[in-house]
Amino acid sequence: MRVEIRDYASRSREIIKEEPGVREAVTGATIAFDEKRRQGYSEIDADAWRRWAEGVKNHTLTHLDHYLTEAEARLEANGAQVHWASDATEAREIVTRLAKQHSVRSVVKGKSMATEEIDLNLALEDAGIEVFETDLGEYILQLLEEPPSHILGPAIHKSLQQVQRLFADRLGSAPDGDPDTLAEAARLVLRDAFIRADMGITGGNFLVAETGTVALIENEGNIRLTTSLPRVHVAVVGIEKLLPRMTDLAGFLQLTARAATGQPIGCFVSLVQGPAVHPDDDGPEEVHVVLVDNGRTDVLAHEHAWEALRCVRCGACLNACPVYRQTGGHAYGWVYSGPIGSVLDPGLLGLHEAMPLPFASSLCGACTDACPVRIPIPELLLHWREEAQEEGLTPWKERAALAGLASVATRPGLYRLAGRIGSRLGATGVARALPMLGEWARDRALPKPSRQTFRQLWREGIE
Amino acid sequence: MPHEGAVPVGWGGYLSRMNVALFVTCLADHYFADAAADAVRLLRHLGCDVTFPPGQTCCGQPAYNAGKSRDAMRMARHTMDVFADSEAVVLPSGSCATMVKKFYPRVVRGAAGAAGQAGAGARAAQASALADKTFDLAEFIHHRLGVTELGDGLAGRRVAVHQGCHALRELRLETELAVLLEGAGAEVVPWEAQDECCGFGGLFSVKMTDVSAAMADRKLETLPELDWVVSGDGGCMLHLDGRNRARGMGVEFVHLATALWRGVTGAHRPAGAR
Repeated sequence: MRVEIRDYASRSREIIKEEPGVREAVTGATIAFDEKRRQGYSEIDADAWRRWAEGVKNHTLTHLDHYLTEAEARLEANGAQVHWASDATEAREIVTRLAKQHSVRSVVKGKSMATEEIDLNLALEDAGIEVFETDLGEYILQLLEEPPSHILGPAIHKSLQQVQRLFADRLGSAPDGDPDTLAEAARLVLRDAFIRADMGITGGNFLVAETGTVALIENEGNIRLTTSLPRVHVAVVGIEKLLPRMTDLAGFLQLTARAATGQPIGCFVSLVQGPAVHPDDDGPEEVHVVLVDNGRTDVLAHEHAWEALRCVRCGACLNACPVYRQTGGHAYGWVYSGPIGSVLDPGLLGLHEAMPLPFASSLCGACTDACPVRIPIPELLLHWREEAQEEGLTPWKERAALAGLASVATRPGLYRLAGRIGSRLGATGVARALPMLGEWARDRALPKPSRQTFRQLWREGIE
Repeated sequence: MPHEGAVPVGWGGYLSRMNVALFVTCLADHYFADAAADAVRLLRHLGCDVTFPPGQTCCGQPAYNAGKSRDAMRMARHTMDVFADSEAVVLPSGSCATMVKKFYPRVVRGAAGAAGQAGAGARAAQASALADKTFDLAEFIHHRLGVTELGDGLAGRRVAVHQGCHALRELRLETELAVLLEGAGAEVVPWEAQDECCGFGGLFSVKMTDVSAAMADRKLETLPELDWVVSGDGGCMLHLDGRNRARGMGVEFVHLATALWRGVTGAHRPAGAR
């Protein structure tokens, strides 16, 4: 996916002003998801589960080298083949090479953020291979040639009417079809794609080191088919997806489902350990696991940002986020959007590439309360902001104004004088001409200062 | 002069009057001066002696939220010195109270880590001492004074609570504002967006002004039938009211201190007066 983060402010403005349907669809869907998450959490001792999950992930990240080596050995013992990709280019080359080796003409895919991150579809299509997204939301977006807007519900920004029109147009379904009818129309196309496909490509929610197991959670059954029907299965997995033991997976499957949708567990959980062994076995002849770094070791080395690698991609922070709700994911300009995107993207892409995302938050903290692995997102945002200030990536006027505030605020006499002048001046038209306040005042009535300041009231005596 | 002769209702009043230093905050000083004065009246009524250390300035949150931690540290140092001798510090702002209570210790830790400077331990101790004796107004009345019954001056008033994010998610004041308003006679009406961020976020509302305004709209558009929206945070109110007036929606915002004081007195001062 092309990185277009720089335009966050103008893109969000465009979406809010010109595509009001997006705000409506995203707000409605995320509030519903967030409600389900709350319900899902309320049925368990969520705080205890979240602390446990945080601990397991911290341990795993601290000993990542150990568990990666163990996972590789187990996978190979199971008959799977392991590939290491240090960046997106290498990852694309590995998968395309595998496709060519197996004379693949047609690929079915399960929903995977990692493959979006490395822009895999484009590379496969350039190699003349036909690619079908088989998650219903991803399929809708593939028809529309749009990137996903949400980790879990990629087409969350679309209304039912938009999908009805699209499917009537492209698949010949009834223009007023209910969701079941629409799913059936997609199913007819995708069933054929599954049968024809030579290769299935998925991501991986977790990779268990102890057993060499790629675990995949879903509700539609398309991943089950993607991992079992085609001759070759390729799982593209970020190196932070490791869990030490099968017992850890048991907990994470439940907590992740609750955080994402409030479900006690996903409708389908696929555990992929390797290819079919006997000729009569179901399943692919070959299983390949591509372990992708693509900036993750840099994030791991960062003093603060490493905590973002605990992320299990449940989307709970997006659902809880009032900032995300106004625009959906496209405004953020890259695959990982919302609160987690704003702390992860600067680590994966470099802060310079990810500006101004650390500032695309009111720091309300709803994300952190929702996060199943307790990533302190507001704190991480502040660390990125600090780095942005130190590296001079913010407007100089802003830096000067804040340094000025500190100089004034450490001199009480000057502070009192400046406060009186500032609040009075702020109420006049002058404010609208100022560089930063002018923007603010465009959509808001200017604040009216009190007749007398509190200091004056205090001096005169409060009765 | 309702505080004179009033029986102190806080337990502190029975032992000795508690000394409270008011940290008024920038916005309350200039935009909610009457509400800050109402906070003084309320605290006196509840058995406190209120002082106003004159050297106080800005808590430094604008710099902290912008990632300018060295500037924030300068302001934190100043504030820690100003309130060093106070018995308790009360702020009519959940957000600024959070800055002092939760973020000063972080700022001090960060500065110590960055510079390895001498005296860092003393500053850390000072920050932690100030954090322990600092309270948001609602937190102080409800938890420190243990008061929830204030009167019935707000009888017949339908109010909705706008929860400031810092008070809600850092100080975990989840029901305190509603309990106090009900204890002042008001009917607190449910509001689906009550706990959602209004989109102020200081610098955020300036840098991402369109998203910020859309967030305010979500709050305003979901309001039930009511007389007032009450909040303990001036920043949220300036932002929400700015959007409210720009759109001509006619919603009336009242600071918690003013609402509670009217609960005590039943006074019929126009709520819009600042």
